[in-house]
Amino acid sequence: MEPFKSFTAVAVPFDMDNVDTDQIIPARLMRKSRRDDLHGTYLFRDLRFNEDGSEKPEFILNHPEFRKARIIVGAKNYACGSMRIGAIYTHYDYGIRAVIVETMSDTFYRNCVKIGILPVRLDGAAVAGLRAQLHQRPGATISADLELQSVTGPDGSEHHFEINAFDKRCLIKGLNHIGLTLERVTEITTFEDRYYQKMTWLRQ
Amino acid sequence: MTRPRTIFDKIWDEHTITTDDSGQTLLYVDWLLFAESSFNEFDVLHFEGYKVRSPKQVFGVADHYTSSRGTTLADVIDVERRNLILTLERNAREGGFTFFGLGDPRRGIQHLVGPEQGLAQPGIIMLCIDSHTATQGAVGALAYGVGGDLDHALATQTIWQRKPKQMRINVEGKRGVGVASKDVILAILAEIGTDGGVQHSIEYAGSVIRDMSVEERMTVCNMSIEAGSPAGTVAPDAKTFEYVQGRPFAPRAGEQWDAALAYWKTLPSDRDAPWDKEVTLDGDQIQPMVTWGNSPEDGVPITDVVPDPSGEPDAQRRAGMERSLEYMGLRPGTRMTDIAIDQVFIGSCTNGRIEDLRDAAAIVKGRKVVVSSLVVPGSSGVKRQAESEGLDRIFKEAGFYWGEAGCSMCISLNGDAVPAGKRCASTSNRNFQGRQGKGSRTHLVSPAMAAAAAVTGRLADVRDLIR
Repeated sequence: MEPFKSFTAVAVPFDMDNVDTDQIIPARLMRKSRRDDLHGTYLFRDLRFNEDGSEKPEFILNHPEFRKARIIVGAKNYACGSMRIGAIYTHYDYGIRAVIVETMSDTFYRNCVKIGILPVRLDGAAVAGLRAQLHQRPGATISADLELQSVTGPDGSEHHFEINAFDKRCLIKGLNHIGLTLERVTEITTFEDRYYQKMTWLRQ
Repeated sequence: MTRPRTIFDKIWDEHTITTDDSGQTLLYVDWLLFAESSFNEFDVLHFEGYKVRSPKQVFGVADHYTSSRGTTLADVIDVERRNLILTLERNAREGGFTFFGLGDPRRGIQHLVGPEQGLAQPGIIMLCIDSHTATQGAVGALAYGVGGDLDHALATQTIWQRKPKQMRINVEGKRGVGVASKDVILAILAEIGTDGGVQHSIEYAGSVIRDMSVEERMTVCNMSIEAGSPAGTVAPDAKTFEYVQGRPFAPRAGEQWDAALAYWKTLPSDRDAPWDKEVTLDGDQIQPMVTWGNSPEDGVPITDVVPDPSGEPDAQRRAGMERSLEYMGLRPGTRMTDIAIDQVFIGSCTNGRIEDLRDAAAIVKGRKVVVSSLVVPGSSGVKRQAESEGLDRIFKEAGFYWGEAGCSMCISLNGDAVPAGKRCASTSNRNFQGRQGKGSRTHLVSPAMAAAAAVTGRLADVRDLIR
């Protein structure tokens, strides 16, 4: 996992509340392996593309100014609905590295930390302000600094965000839950030695 | 004196590597079993650059998407499903672990494969990404269904868990004629509800459970998740030891077996072990059961009638009952035995074992089905055993379709489905709306009750057909 320290990129505003995981990745794509390397194209699949695969020009990610967006600024209850691991892959593989919202589903938040996307929760007025600026100046950038726990808007305004120490450490070190446990690998090995001395029949 | 412990405590303690400051325990995992839905977990390893830590402790099984109509890839109904099976095969190859794939004589539903191979043993911890993993706890193991986090277990052979509370369900007395282990678990669910076991691990005990065969105990443990519990177990006893002995992964005869047996005998819960919750049922009172609604707790004795929502004081529950009756197309007060059915399914990890097929065949023998009826053995091993006993002929002569092993119509991912509005007597575990196909209406029953339904065309009391 890529360590996350600070990041500056074009940001795209999503004004709707309750953007659900069905919109993010339609159910029919849930059985697709990420190794097909197509999850980036699945992001908002049915909103972004027509059935024949052509783009829907009106969808915001298809606007020329937002094509390079790597940060999403949403509203309330982002990524709600059914739990879908594919929802996080679509974001990451599209290139999104930070999601700034008022609220998001707990699952999506956890998966952000697991994959290396910075999840930021700000108060409603702050995210609405950021979205308004992005609409006024399409293609404007936002900076996120995890060390300082701060987001800087296009107008230079700074917004402090909260993140628990554990999640912060995972993101900054680029370690997911597997990496963290593997830091204890000697404990596991020692356990195995002792365990299989007793349970001889389990190691044939 | 050491504090008294439950079987669950003993297995938990034996597998504890460390505990963190938030109260989570890092547990060692003996075996991991994966079916086709596991591709995300392997993708995580691939993208994050981790390896399968201990391939000898990992197994893959194709079960959810395999066809009941044949054992080759070409029999699988579409490209997408074929790809899921091929993906698991590739992950097994890359990860260096054993894959029970199409055509493999050991293939079957994962929760049958574990016990058949002797992987399910007293005292072990086994994980699968599947709700019904607890089936394998019936041998006195801790078998957990874990949704999604098994990438961690693949890479570390461990899992972080918070210790659940513990519950004992005692079924005392003696089962009556025609009362199957399925009826016992449906009666338990009717008693404690689908949230009765939430945040608890369950031990099933009492004379009715002790008198059951190991396979019957599997049926009971299988539906622990329907009570909201990820894990159910039964104290291992002489029947368990005999069941495990001689299987491919069982301890080898001699010194190994003796050591294992000595350890296994220490596992049953201590007499004074504390329980967070305890429920006792009178086994003498349990009748052959059938569900009327869309929740596994909606079971009633076959002699009963469809319940009347107007008698339910809780508004939320009343509304739920009304929704179920609407979906199921049933009227309150209808006798269960007056409900005509369109289809029968015998199989699944709940009731796809050899004893289940024997129970069903005993009713079917010499009779003819009057509705579309499907039997799918839970594993290739069960299928071979049944054929060697001539059970396949009994089913086929009666008009059943005799299928190839897999999950089949329990979850309808392989093309076997109940059409919208049709009613199915099914030996599976879930009667949810749409579970057996969009608009399908499921009545959960035991294998013998399903057989009785197949030959009468309605929900029937198997006791009237026992010769």
